[in-house]
Amino acid sequence: MTPSPPPYRSLKLRTPHGPLVPVRDPEAVELTGPVFGVTDVTALDGDLTRQHRGEPIGERITVTGRVRDRQGRPVRGQLVELWQANAAGRYAHRRDQHPAPLDPNFTGCGRCLTDDDGTYTFTTIRPGAYAWRNHDNAWRPAHLHFSFFGTAFTQRLVTQMYFPGDPLLALDPVLHSVTDEAARARLVATYDHDLSVPEWSLGYRWDVVLDGPSATLFEEGHAR
Amino acid sequence: MTTPHAPTPSQTIGPFYGHALPATGGAEIAPLARPDTITLHGYVYDGAGEPVTDALLEVWQPAPDGSRTGAPGSLRRDPVTGLAAGRDGVTFTGFGRVPTDADGHWAIHTLPPGGVSYLSIAVFARGLLDHLYTRAYVRDDPDDALLATLDAGRRATLLAQAGPHRTYRFDIRLQGEDETVFLEFE
Ligand SMILES: [Fe+2]
Repeated sequence: MTPSPPPYRSLKLRTPHGPLVPVRDPEAVELTGPVFGVTDVTALDGDLTRQHRGEPIGERITVTGRVRDRQGRPVRGQLVELWQANAAGRYAHRRDQHPAPLDPNFTGCGRCLTDDDGTYTFTTIRPGAYAWRNHDNAWRPAHLHFSFFGTAFTQRLVTQMYFPGDPLLALDPVLHSVTDEAARARLVATYDHDLSVPEWSLGYRWDVVLDGPSATLFEEGHAR
Repeated sequence: MTTPHAPTPSQTIGPFYGHALPATGGAEIAPLARPDTITLHGYVYDGAGEPVTDALLEVWQPAPDGSRTGAPGSLRRDPVTGLAAGRDGVTFTGFGRVPTDADGHWAIHTLPPGGVSYLSIAVFARGLLDHLYTRAYVRDDPDDALLATLDAGRRATLLAQAGPHRTYRFDIRLQGEDETVFLEFE
């Protein structure tokens, strides 16, 4: 059995000590949520390889999947946001001082709206692993940061997607902050050869399920 | 009722969301030139009392008329440059997004929520596995279902303090003494 990685250090002073207070009010504002539309994205925002004059360095990939609520219903027309390091493992962010090169043709941010099926799609490059200072010789596996909106503010999700077969997955405190192995596996995308575009990009599938009640679930008597 | 679909776990927002999530006009929820605009602002502190300078706050609230449908346009993009374009100055979307600055301070400009006395806030930060929900009450409300369940000390952490010029101060303490009340929805 592989030993667990060291803990994620930043938790120490930021995690609340008190228990969360449950809200069971069917009139709670959080059971509804913000909406987005065509003014909030441009057509090119889903392609992170076309935001500059030249093309970014790296292995071109397509990442797609469906966003659903916990009843399995597609989340339609909602905003999905993506940010990531470049192929060398460096963020275009001034606080990132990892000594890897910046890529003038890659900012590493994208957004799109889900379609009627709840599907999102991004074209980007595979990010590099990067070093961080959590503990001695700490490396983050390659990952994409994602943000999702559901039909309710309670369903808000910010998370990270990983790539299958990465040896750093077993060593990563952030991935292992999810203590359940089956739950961790839901953060790892699947390589899907049918999604690969011949002579263009490699395809990955990653489906997402948003937790949390919504006003419609309450109306239908589904909420726990 | 069982959950047929297992939820995708949350992961920390990390320190490097800055090019992706904050947007011009994200904190300007109130349409331009509205005399009833209020300012909600405060600091985010960690368990050592230090300001949290890399947090992101999201705000969701009803319109002044009480409607909760929201509207697109919180994060408009310029179709020519692809850059953040700011809001249209007319639409009230009910949603705002603001990062804390180098002092750990944040501020939003909005309209008073209709039908309830609070604005819903989600706090994201490096070191938080999942975001935290809280509420900023802009007035004490004896009829509010949540406030009624809290003792006076805990309740006080949710009450924004009214200041001059329609400002309301709402500090968020992630941990320790006077820790803010954080919420869960089941
Ligand atoms: Fe990252």
